[in-house]
Amino acid sequence: MASLALHEADGGATIALGGRLDAYSVGPLWSTARAALASHPRTRLTVDCRAVDYCDGAGVALLLDMLRQPRPAGAEVRIDGLAERFRNLLDQFDPKSFAESAPARPRRSFIERVGIAGTEFWADLRGQIAFVGEATAALAYALRHPHMLRWRDILYVAEEAGVNALPIVALIGFLMGVILAFQSAIAMKQFGAEIFVANLLSLSILRELGPLMTAILLAGRSGAAFAAEIGTMKVNQEIDALTTMGLDPVKFLVVTRVLAATAMTVPLVVFSDLIGLVGGALVMLTFEIPIATYYKQAVSFATMTDFMGGLAKSVVFGVLIAGIGCLRGLQTETGASAVGISATNAVVSGIILIVFVDGVFAVVYYYLGI
Amino acid sequence: MSAPVQQEVVIRVENLRTGFGDFIVHENVSFEIRRGEVFAILGGSGCGKTVLLKHMIGLYRPLGGRVLISGEDIATAQGERRLAILRRFGVMYQLGALFGNMTLLENIRLPLEEYTSLPDDAMDLLAETKLRLVNLGGAGHLTPSEISGGMMKRAAIARAMALDPDIVFLDEPSGGLDPVTSAELDQLVLRLSKSLGITFVVITHELPSIFGIADRCIMLDKRVKGIIAEGRPADLRDHSPNPRVRQFFNREAENEVEAGSAA
Repeated sequence: MASLALHEADGGATIALGGRLDAYSVGPLWSTARAALASHPRTRLTVDCRAVDYCDGAGVALLLDMLRQPRPAGAEVRIDGLAERFRNLLDQFDPKSFAESAPARPRRSFIERVGIAGTEFWADLRGQIAFVGEATAALAYALRHPHMLRWRDILYVAEEAGVNALPIVALIGFLMGVILAFQSAIAMKQFGAEIFVANLLSLSILRELGPLMTAILLAGRSGAAFAAEIGTMKVNQEIDALTTMGLDPVKFLVVTRVLAATAMTVPLVVFSDLIGLVGGALVMLTFEIPIATYYKQAVSFATMTDFMGGLAKSVVFGVLIAGIGCLRGLQTETGASAVGISATNAVVSGIILIVFVDGVFAVVYYYLGI
Repeated sequence: MSAPVQQEVVIRVENLRTGFGDFIVHENVSFEIRRGEVFAILGGSGCGKTVLLKHMIGLYRPLGGRVLISGEDIATAQGERRLAILRRFGVMYQLGALFGNMTLLENIRLPLEEYTSLPDDAMDLLAETKLRLVNLGGAGHLTPSEISGGMMKRAAIARAMALDPDIVFLDEPSGGLDPVTSAELDQLVLRLSKSLGITFVVITHELPSIFGIADRCIMLDKRVKGIIAEGRPADLRDHSPNPRVRQFFNREAENEVEAGSAA
């Protein structure tokens, strides 16, 4: 272990260091050494290192710390008796060049930060608009030239984002139907109106909850996956490789994902609608309403227009989720944390867009009388 | 001045057998590394240099045989004993493996914060000295995404040496570095091994660097799944009975030798 002792003498003071100076042993000595320096501000200090038998980078840092302290002329710190091989390590640094504390990054004022945030928001908006344009052009091109599409990639994404999402979509859809039926049935039972739970369920699930819940699930599942996958490709320079091969990343990566995810959103929503209604029917059985009655009531109330209106929404949701996931992936900066940020942004932007567009649909449907 | 190589063995690899499932990378590999030595692991691409390194630092478990660091088996050590072994060495990974969400200074400070009781500004000072050792003085506030590949390698070496370990593993330290920086790095390795007796285990392809710093080396080959040569690099270049070894050290293409021997 390391040791430190302070000896007073006529002409000054001596700090005797000894033992093994390494990263583990110098920690406790550090403040003692600082205090010794501070208590002798005007006298010459000698650091006696004759008893030091090992001194690595941490020991050298301790000596440097003593040497770098600003002291008046005639009160310098002198290192004495340090073995040659350790001296060599110390001599490669100029103690005075280590400022007392490293300069922190400049702090920005409030106005600057507002300005930066505003510019970033504007740039992000421009990026999104440009991306929507690029993606639309690429999609239009792909639809006119379907033989140019990479169908294998599309099928792979469709399996990954669609088929493999079935269990979670089923679970949430079922749960939604069960909870909705149960909560409303309890209230309606007081008026003997349990049968109208079928009306409530069919309308709310087909028009609103089925498409919305499925879209939010897909945003969390596939939107994040697209962003992370494309983001990692960007970090690994795979996007650069595509570009220099003359392959447009938007055509190559975005079109396949948007097409596949959009195509899969519609059947997933149909599935979610159905299983939600089945969940509701099972609950209604416990309220002594047979499935046949429930079915008749639901079918007589909800129309095909309600169902198709929900599906129309889900097509738009699919485009948005896949598009925003790809965009956030392409916007990834470098580094491991950047991929995480992109995935987070994809989910957050995806959900915001879904809610916003759902509101727009509600207004449009209202005026169209759907 | 010759390096103070002692007879004490710090790393002993015994009959190591490595691989993934049915795919065997090394068979029956044994060698010793002595304290204060600069030890190079050489070999053509795909011969398993990095796989060997990952077994030596305990990331992979061997299929057979042992890796002993100062007499302790790294693959079977648990808990505190494993931590004690891990603290004895530092590793510079091929691509740097710097933490992207931290500045260079914070990267080097991380082991100091976790393992030592140094005061805050002492850690900054110590980390700054490490950065200066690799010519990155004043770059501590940058993040890994803001620096070049060469700077990343050097910062990774600085981090590997944050706690001044006994052993430093360097996986291709000079790959992607310019000749000047690469030569400076070699000098740094020599200086540290001489003054502090740090043992360096270096994976490298750079011939000038091998001849400049390596006290001893082993050469791996994928055809024999093991070591085909062991010794001082200059001796192997001039006196190895194996044409493939001479080829490597003289930087000749494979077919040149085959054509030569056929003639």
